[in-house]
Amino acid sequence: MISIIDYNIGNITAVVNMLQRLGIACKVATCEADIEKSDRIILPGNGSFDACMQNLRATGFIPVLESQVLKLGKPLLGICVGAQMLGHGSAEGVESGLRWMDMRVERFPSLPNLRVPHMGWNQVTPSQNEHQITKNMSVDTRFYFVHSYYMQPGDPADILLHTNYGVDFAAGVAHRNIMGVQFHPEKSHRFGKQLLSAFAKWEG
Amino acid sequence: MFQARVIPSLLLRGNGLVKTKKFKDAVYIGDPINAVRIFSDKEADEIVILDIDASRLGCEPNYELIAEMAGEAFMPVSYGGGIRTLEQIRRLIRSGVEKVVINSLATESTDLIRDAVNVFGAQAIVGGVDVRHKMLGGYSVVAKSGTVTTRLNLQMHIQALVQAGVGELFINDIDRDGTMAGYDLDLVRAVSKAPVSVVVCGGAGTMQHLSEAVHEGGASAVAAGSMFVFHGKHRAVLINYPKADDLVKVFRE
Repeated sequence: MISIIDYNIGNITAVVNMLQRLGIACKVATCEADIEKSDRIILPGNGSFDACMQNLRATGFIPVLESQVLKLGKPLLGICVGAQMLGHGSAEGVESGLRWMDMRVERFPSLPNLRVPHMGWNQVTPSQNEHQITKNMSVDTRFYFVHSYYMQPGDPADILLHTNYGVDFAAGVAHRNIMGVQFHPEKSHRFGKQLLSAFAKWEG
Repeated sequence: MFQARVIPSLLLRGNGLVKTKKFKDAVYIGDPINAVRIFSDKEADEIVILDIDASRLGCEPNYELIAEMAGEAFMPVSYGGGIRTLEQIRRLIRSGVEKVVINSLATESTDLIRDAVNVFGAQAIVGGVDVRHKMLGGYSVVAKSGTVTTRLNLQMHIQALVQAGVGELFINDIDRDGTMAGYDLDLVRAVSKAPVSVVVCGGAGTMQHLSEAVHEGGASAVAAGSMFVFHGKHRAVLINYPKADDLVKVFRE
């Protein structure tokens, strides 16, 4: 069972839809017990960094998430701002992040002919070929992105996937049992289905 | 590699999918849920759903139908039609759409856009603009599915939408709608100067047209109706979408 953290921001329906289509059991967490009973966790996120952090804090779920993810080692997947929140903070706001990973979040540079946000489909390349999440990824894998800020892990070894949009950046990060993706697997056709299936089997 | 998005534009009238010519003469195409399922199977980059009666008749969005359509789409979905409040936007996003298109209301006031961008983020709010050629040159901004011509200046209206915070613009050319004669590249060039993502719609009939709008016009994404629901010169209904390899080829040329 995967629990999905709902903190009243963005479109969690799409994540639920894709998991259901894949036959992967999931539940939108409405209480701490839902998170404790699940064996892995998805943390979605949309909109501004500060609003996401504030809303997530307001759920009161952060302590139980910390015990489940950091102490018990349950696999966690952050999506978009949900992934950005795993680090120290973001250039977009003033709120501090969850600090579960050594990571900063930076804004795309102002370059001629580079429209920000990065909105659309882009190809990704695995930085780690032996990782359980990336080892079965086909070479034509592409995902749907929409973001103005990108993740920059302190340790390059934490980069799982990379992509280019004006700059090379981390499209996916992984540190022990915690991973995050900048794109939206739930809106990325078979490529997203493949990634969510791999996450559902990932030992972390 | 980053590539311009190619977006089927689906028009709703009641519970049916229709296609217009110059925003008139709506022809029934079929069941919208089935159409979305086919576009999802064909791995369309994204879809936009526009209810062409909602704003004109002052109706609520058809949430149930929208949720069913979005549930079949494993790609991003935008919805436009009849949006007047934050509560409606919240409900639409809960129904499974990523972005909402605000068009008619924005010709009166951009307040809702400003508020919505604060709550949902710029990536979720699209400024829709329907455009018609003026008899003596230039363009008019038109509201309520082509029925109300405003006095707004196109460039100033676009600027106001960008200032209000939209993350994307969706520009629909009424004169080219359903003609499959190609995009009006002068219009595409004029609107693509905006600093946000610009989707152009109206006139696409061939792959070459899509490529022109991006390479010569500077659009960030191209939308089309007829091209993806009709086949052949007799306009037989056939939901279709180019293969990923063919899109790569046409955009690389």
